[in-house]
Amino acid sequence: MVNGLCIIPAYNEERNIASVIQGIKKSASNMDVLVIDDGSSDETPHRAMEAGAKVILHPFNLGYGIALQTGYKYALKKGYDKIVQMDGDGQHDPSFISALFAPIQRGEVDMVIGSRFLITGEPKSGHIPYRAPLVRRLGMKFFGIITTLLIHQKITDSTSGYQAMNRRVLEWVSSDQFPFDYPDADVIIVLHRKGFRIKEIPTQMFESQNKKSMHSGWKPIYYIFKMFLSILVTLMRK
Amino acid sequence: MPLRNKIVALAIGIAMLLIIIELVRRRKLREEYSWLWLMTGSVILLLTLWFDLLKWVTHLVGAVTPSSTIFLFAFLFLILISLHFSVVISKLAERNKDLAQRYALLELELNELKKRCPFPDRSPSSL
Repeated sequence: MVNGLCIIPAYNEERNIASVIQGIKKSASNMDVLVIDDGSSDETPHRAMEAGAKVILHPFNLGYGIALQTGYKYALKKGYDKIVQMDGDGQHDPSFISALFAPIQRGEVDMVIGSRFLITGEPKSGHIPYRAPLVRRLGMKFFGIITTLLIHQKITDSTSGYQAMNRRVLEWVSSDQFPFDYPDADVIIVLHRKGFRIKEIPTQMFESQNKKSMHSGWKPIYYIFKMFLSILVTLMRK
Repeated sequence: MPLRNKIVALAIGIAMLLIIIELVRRRKLREEYSWLWLMTGSVILLLTLWFDLLKWVTHLVGAVTPSSTIFLFAFLFLILISLHFSVVISKLAERNKDLAQRYALLELELNELKKRCPFPDRSPSSL
C-alpha cells in the first residue's frame, strides 16, 4: 500500500526545516516527506536532506504556488493516493496530519483544510498560538466570507496552507489550470465548482518563527487585487 | 504636405522598413513579431505618398489636424504592441515554470538513479 506524502515548499528556512521534518516523522512515521526547495540561498536543502526528507531543487526562485505544484506533480508521478501540504516555517502542528487524512481515508471528502479559526482550548506548552496582525486577519475573514457565500459552505480559513487532498484533487492541481500565484480562496472555489467535496477541520497553528512572511511589503495589496480578479474570472469560466 | 515634411517622413518610413528586414535577416527579430513593425513602416510610407488618405481618415475620426490623427494611431499602436508583449511574456512565464518544474523533478530522479547505480564511475564515456 502506498502511504501518504507530505509536501513542504521551503524558501530560506534553514533554521526551521529540520525540526518541521522531525515533527512529521514523529507524528506520522510511515509518511514520506518531500521538501521543494524554491531556490534558497541558504542551507535549506542540506538541512532537509539530513533530516531525512526527499528534496526537489528548483533551479531558481519560482514562488510558493509553483513550489507546491512541483510537489503535486511529483506525488502524481509517484502514484501517491493522498498528500498533505504544510509550510516549512513551523507554523503548522504536524500532530494534526492524521486528523486531516481521516475524512479523506473514509471517502467522505476530497480535500481537507486545516483551519486556525476553529480551534478551541489551550495550545500546547512552549508554543505561541497564531495571532495574525489586524489587517491580515481582516483580509482572511473577508475572503473567508466571500468563499463561504460562493460555495454555500462555511469556510473560516481560506488562506490556510495546511491542507490534505486525495488523488482526484491532485490531478486537477497538477494541471495548468492551477492558479500558482497565491493559490488559496480561488482554488477552494474552483474545486467546489468542479464538484470536489471540501471540509474544514480545526488545527493548531503557531506563530511563524520566520518573521519575513510572504505577505509583507506591498504584497498584501497585490494579493487582494489578484484574489478578486482570480475569483471573478473563475466565476466567468463556468 | 510640404516637400520637406514629405522627405523626412519618407526617410523615416524607408529606414524603419530596412532596419526591420535587416533584423529579421540577422535572426535578431523573429518573423512572428516582425509583421506588426513592418506594418507600421508601411503605413508611414503609405500616408506620406497618399496624403489625401490621411486627410480622409482625419475627417473620419473627427480630428482637427492630420498630425493629431497620426499621434492618435501611433499611441494606439504602442498600447496594442505592449499588450501583445504582455501576452507573450505570460506565455513565456508559463513555459518557464513548466520547464523549471520538469527539470527539478528529473534532477531528483537522476540523483536517485545515480545512487542506485552499482558502478558509479563506469559512465558510458569512460568505457
